[in-house]
Amino acid sequence: MANYSTNEFKAGLKVMLDGDPCNIVENEFVKPGKGQAFSRVKLRNLITGRVWERTFKSGESLEGADVMDLEMEYLYNDGEMWHFMKTDGSFEQYAVDKKALGDTEKWLKEQVAYTVTLWNDNAISVTPPNFIELEVVETDPGLKGDTAQGGSKPATLSSGAVVRVPLFINQGEVLKVDTRSGEYVSRA
Amino acid sequence: MTIDWHPTASVETLRERAQLLGEVRTFFAERGVLEVETPILGHGGSTDVHLDSLSCDALTPAGRERLWLQTSPEFHMKRLLAAGSGPIFQLARSFRDGEVGGRHNIEFTMLEWYRPGFNLEELIGETTALIRALLPHDPGPTRRRRYRELFEQHLSIDPFQAPLTTLRERAARHGGMAMDDSARDDCLDLLMSHVIEPQLGIDGLDVVIEYPASQAALARRHRDAQGEWVASRFEIYLRGTELANGYDELTDADEQAARFAADNAERERIGKPLVAYDKHLVAALCAGMPQGCGVALGVDRLIQLALDKHSVAEVMAFATPVC
Repeated sequence: MANYSTNEFKAGLKVMLDGDPCNIVENEFVKPGKGQAFSRVKLRNLITGRVWERTFKSGESLEGADVMDLEMEYLYNDGEMWHFMKTDGSFEQYAVDKKALGDTEKWLKEQVAYTVTLWNDNAISVTPPNFIELEVVETDPGLKGDTAQGGSKPATLSSGAVVRVPLFINQGEVLKVDTRSGEYVSRA
Repeated sequence: MTIDWHPTASVETLRERAQLLGEVRTFFAERGVLEVETPILGHGGSTDVHLDSLSCDALTPAGRERLWLQTSPEFHMKRLLAAGSGPIFQLARSFRDGEVGGRHNIEFTMLEWYRPGFNLEELIGETTALIRALLPHDPGPTRRRRYRELFEQHLSIDPFQAPLTTLRERAARHGGMAMDDSARDDCLDLLMSHVIEPQLGIDGLDVVIEYPASQAALARRHRDAQGEWVASRFEIYLRGTELANGYDELTDADEQAARFAADNAERERIGKPLVAYDKHLVAALCAGMPQGCGVALGVDRLIQLALDKHSVAEVMAFATPVC
């Protein structure tokens, strides 16, 4: 992979830091009155998801990371690994382990497309679509006539996620949910 | 792919910018300071180790010559002072290679002015008056902040006395980087920019004074109350942004030539390209430049803060990435 110097750092660039692939979130050029220039960089560690703040002297460089985001459809779970298939028509499949899947496990639904991040051709993380439609498999019975704002109750969805829903929602209904906040949006 | 040809500043902002530049000119006209225009290209460049100069090859009567884009109009303006210009100011396009960011642009507008006969306090007074004249709101009181006291207040260390190992350790911690080979000033710069600067100019206009003598650049030096050699210069901060950098100007030709040579020696040591130093300036200082003070102010930053914008690009017609 190519090396990138601080003046090439920009949001979205994938680089290696301390042996882990990272995504540059933000790069700020800092130069004190008469001193040397620095780049203050925020990087997201793509393995742990943690955000690091690091400073580099102007002109320092980092090795690029062979990281790709690919759209893949979720197929099935074999008890140990979760299997996804590229949506580019190649039918190429990738197995994802529990660590890489992370929190996305509770948003899995077959035939839905997810963004799978590959590093050196291994899946390291899976991002669900921003909105997903899932069926309510368990919740307290809906209250007739209560369509007003205000009350809420927990509902378990087919993927295993538990979200707060309005009191009028019933078991068996399909809901639109925001996977970023984990919040109910509407009936689908 | 569509190319975004639009300006980085709105037309409305450019109108407000023109208005503010008009106010700058009025400010100096009322004080009898002469507006001058000096070359962007010069035979000498800035030797400052932390400034990267751009240059070009020009065909002149002397043949192909390397001319330097000025990092500030300082050298030419000092030659005017030596020629007896009296007080002068300039809104000068200046160039610093590689400097692009929220507060930086490779090509930018520097407001620089010189006041023969002024002492540093008088120039601080005039600079803060100009800044206040351009801001739509009162920024709060003007405060003098000694460099030493800032480090004691925010980091509990004495920047002059602390051992180098302590400075390296603190800089490494705040910067998240290895500082094992870093020089004293590099550690201080990092701590200043990462820890102290963001706290400056928050509910007032902060004037930082008494920098370490090693950071004097083209300023004179004097001893502070503790007997430490300090640089006779100041920087003014507003909302965490450095706006102006003022000096009690060095007028000693030999000292100036020695600092240029020391800069180039350091450039050679760290593998940076050497820059032709300004022989004309040294000759002018030999002839005699009146004692006085000068200050450089980042006009784009001041306009940015006056108009409450997020970056200098928003107050420039076409910032570097789309120029």
